[in-house]
Amino acid sequence: MNAVEMHGISKEFPGVKALDNVDFSINKGEIHALLGENGAGKSTLMKVLYGMHQPNMGTISIKGKDVRINSPIEAIKLGIGMVHQHFMLVPVLTIAENIVAGAEPKNGLFFDLHKAISEVDKLAKDVGFTIDPRKKVEELSVGERQRIEILKALYRGVEILILDEPTAVLTPLEVKELFTTLRQLKQKGMSIILITHKLHEIMEVSDKVTVLRDGKTIGTVLPKDTSANELANMMVGREVKMGVKCRSTNVGDKLFEVQNLCLKNGDRFCLKDINLYLRKGEILGIAGVEGNGQTELIEVLTGLRKPDKMCLKIGEHEISNNAGADEFIKSGIGHIPEDRGERGLVLDMSIKNNCILGYHRINRFIKKGIFLNNVIGKYARHLIKTFKIKAVNEEIHVGTLSGGNQQKVIIGRIFAQNPEVVIAAQPTRGVDVGAIEYIHHKMIEFRDEGKAILLISADLDEIKSLSDRIVILYKGCVVAQGVTDDFTDTDLGILMTGGKISNEER
Amino acid sequence: MKSNVKILDKLYAAKGISNTIVLFLSLILALIVGGVFFLANGYSPIDAYAAIFIGAFGSFPAFIMTLTQATPLIFSGLAFAVAIRGGMLNVGTEGQLFIGAFAAAIVGAYIKGCPAYIHIPLVLLAAAIAGGLWAALVGFLKVRFGSNEVITTIMLNFVAINLTGYLVNYPLKNPEGMMAQTKPIFDSAKLPRFFSQYQLSAAILLAALTIAVIAFIFYKTPLGYEIEVTGKNKRAAETAGIKIDRVVIITMFISGAIAGLGGAGQVMGINHSFIDGFSPGYGFEGVAVSALVANNPVLTFFSGILFGAIKAGAITVNRIAHIPMDFVFVIQALVVIFVASPKLVGSILNIFKKKGDK
Ligand SMILES: Nc1ncnc2c1ncn2[C@@H]1O[C@H](COP(=O)(O)OP(=O)(O)OP(=O)(O)O)[C@@H](O)[C@H]1O
Ligand SMILES: [Mg+2]
Repeated sequence: MNAVEMHGISKEFPGVKALDNVDFSINKGEIHALLGENGAGKSTLMKVLYGMHQPNMGTISIKGKDVRINSPIEAIKLGIGMVHQHFMLVPVLTIAENIVAGAEPKNGLFFDLHKAISEVDKLAKDVGFTIDPRKKVEELSVGERQRIEILKALYRGVEILILDEPTAVLTPLEVKELFTTLRQLKQKGMSIILITHKLHEIMEVSDKVTVLRDGKTIGTVLPKDTSANELANMMVGREVKMGVKCRSTNVGDKLFEVQNLCLKNGDRFCLKDINLYLRKGEILGIAGVEGNGQTELIEVLTGLRKPDKMCLKIGEHEISNNAGADEFIKSGIGHIPEDRGERGLVLDMSIKNNCILGYHRINRFIKKGIFLNNVIGKYARHLIKTFKIKAVNEEIHVGTLSGGNQQKVIIGRIFAQNPEVVIAAQPTRGVDVGAIEYIHHKMIEFRDEGKAILLISADLDEIKSLSDRIVILYKGCVVAQGVTDDFTDTDLGILMTGGKISNEER
Repeated sequence: MKSNVKILDKLYAAKGISNTIVLFLSLILALIVGGVFFLANGYSPIDAYAAIFIGAFGSFPAFIMTLTQATPLIFSGLAFAVAIRGGMLNVGTEGQLFIGAFAAAIVGAYIKGCPAYIHIPLVLLAAAIAGGLWAALVGFLKVRFGSNEVITTIMLNFVAINLTGYLVNYPLKNPEGMMAQTKPIFDSAKLPRFFSQYQLSAAILLAALTIAVIAFIFYKTPLGYEIEVTGKNKRAAETAGIKIDRVVIITMFISGAIAGLGGAGQVMGINHSFIDGFSPGYGFEGVAVSALVANNPVLTFFSGILFGAIKAGAITVNRIAHIPMDFVFVIQALVVIFVASPKLVGSILNIFKKKGDK
């Protein structure tokens, strides 16, 4: 008897058949990966299981019993928990409050904070997390927040845990820790459904993989019987080249130069004496463990944060330290933000309106102060087509798109405006292998037109495969920079964690 | 507070039921619950609703009364809806209405000798600027000191009402007469009335025109776009190079200007002077008017008329059915509660749905 059996599930949204007769099942004590392109229906399938969506057709049984799940509350009662692609915590509340919210321990009529704290503490120790339940969630890193989401599910006593792209936002180390936790939970008999776009993770941690394509089940396989390439084939339906190296052959003059960048937060330096430059026709990668100043660097270089000291030049043109984000955009600096839901998109606005975000005052879209609706609509449709965004039309809210397709809206919007320099932060976060290939191809094409890209990514493989040169950031300082192929993996590992290697000057 | 609005939208979306159906059912539910209220107090709900309807739409004078009552409500509903779109809760429409009305009364009564086609626009402009600046101050305090706009707008309501009250009782009181009111405005500053025997004035056309202008700004111009983006996601707005501080202040200015125009409409069309405490809460009711149509600026015209109808009907209810007018305000409150809480309506609907399944 399987822990979960989903049979013949179909789900339609206005204009899209998100799921078409899908079968899915998972055993007790199993880690089961769900794989598929952006928009294949993975999140939707799991939302059906979690009671957030009602299927148009199909049956679900939990431990052999047929059920109808009308809401997440009912799902939790049935022992199903879900950690979403976008976290749903209340930042101003403490960890303990967040975890128990909805199932609070009571002291008579009142909320018992002490009991909550001690219960959360015990639970965390059981699964081997070290957290302080009194800390506020807003102070936590992404990886820590995720653990809170997991604890939240465990606190409710779930036996089936759904994780929607948990690793997309984690550092490699955090991913390792997460997997240790998952294996531990599996030992305790939990069933875990893991959605991820990273094939090597699937090979590493899962017992079974089910592949979805266009809302249909393609098949279920065992990782040991397959390979990453074969999985990619299954999900995209064609051969995918992963991690191709393609170095620039035509590097020109300096295009973008940052000198003596310092940024303080109180007395502490967030960024100290950063010097870096981009030449025409090259991609510069910023390597570093997350939290070593990357976010601050991006914010300063896109006009979102005023540095204490800096000299910034794009071509011959110097950008003042007081310039706002609008001036950076006008100067030809495109920005792909690291968090698409937070900075990149307005989720409850149409795709069309999101396509012009940041470029809504350029002449092309306006005549005599009035938006040219037709031009904008046509432009949006053009982006949807060129960047293969899976959407019914341009009028729907961007928030209804799958995660990866949301990312493509941002990528499309920036590259279509033909900037000089692109600050690309986590450009392929949450994007499927096929689309990664496409985005990487776009970036290289852009570079080969004589433009430049500053690439910030938590994915070291991405940095290594795309960057012509690398800058290593540690505690807000540049600790080394040089040609990518001169660094070995070991070198990078050492430098990124603050160690020194002998011949640093390259 | 802003997140509340977001949650509302999400619930609408999540339920998968279209907004209009929810809205319609909410109205019906409010009327049913209101009916229970009437019954419990020994009145016939049928008679009561009939009386409201007759009082609001039953005859030509009744309908004119409805439109007259609706006029200031449309303005303040629109004012609230504008602020919400920029992510702000402007609960200060009452104060802005007072300030606008006062400015209108002064410019209408103290500038002499210009023809109506100059005087009327001048008075309107003065009212809009006065109300706008009064509200822009709130926006300024918010971006500069991070003060919560709900608190500052409420405080400024008291200031506006009492400040104008002082001025009209002492320095600017009309020496001829007992009432605390300003000198009457010149004829050249009066808005024409449709019929000499009724109070309904061109102010209602001005309201419609204002709605058209706002709709144009919101849906056709970069400024409207920036207001929407700022209201929905401040961080994304900032990233897109939008000067959010400026947008917040401008949004509040527009919102306050509209409320101010509502005040001017009362002065120029009905009272012909500023009367101490002339508004029975037209500004405050804007919140309800706007909430009823999920803050859609264009639809405030219709919800304004609905609320105007309830107000007009209230008088008749009292006269024909001998039901105290207060009951009508209970109905009004119920409408807002039901409409503004789709979750409540959703769960009531779910109960029926579940029963149907079994
Ligand atoms: N609430 C919704 N309204 C309308 N369409 C939706 C909604 N949710 C999802 N869809 C559509 O259903 C399809 C499947 O989306 P889903 O989010 O399940 O994809 P996914 O496999 O999780 O993709 P990703 O890897 O990009 O997260 C997409 O075409 C998406 O646009
Ligand atoms: Mg998804």
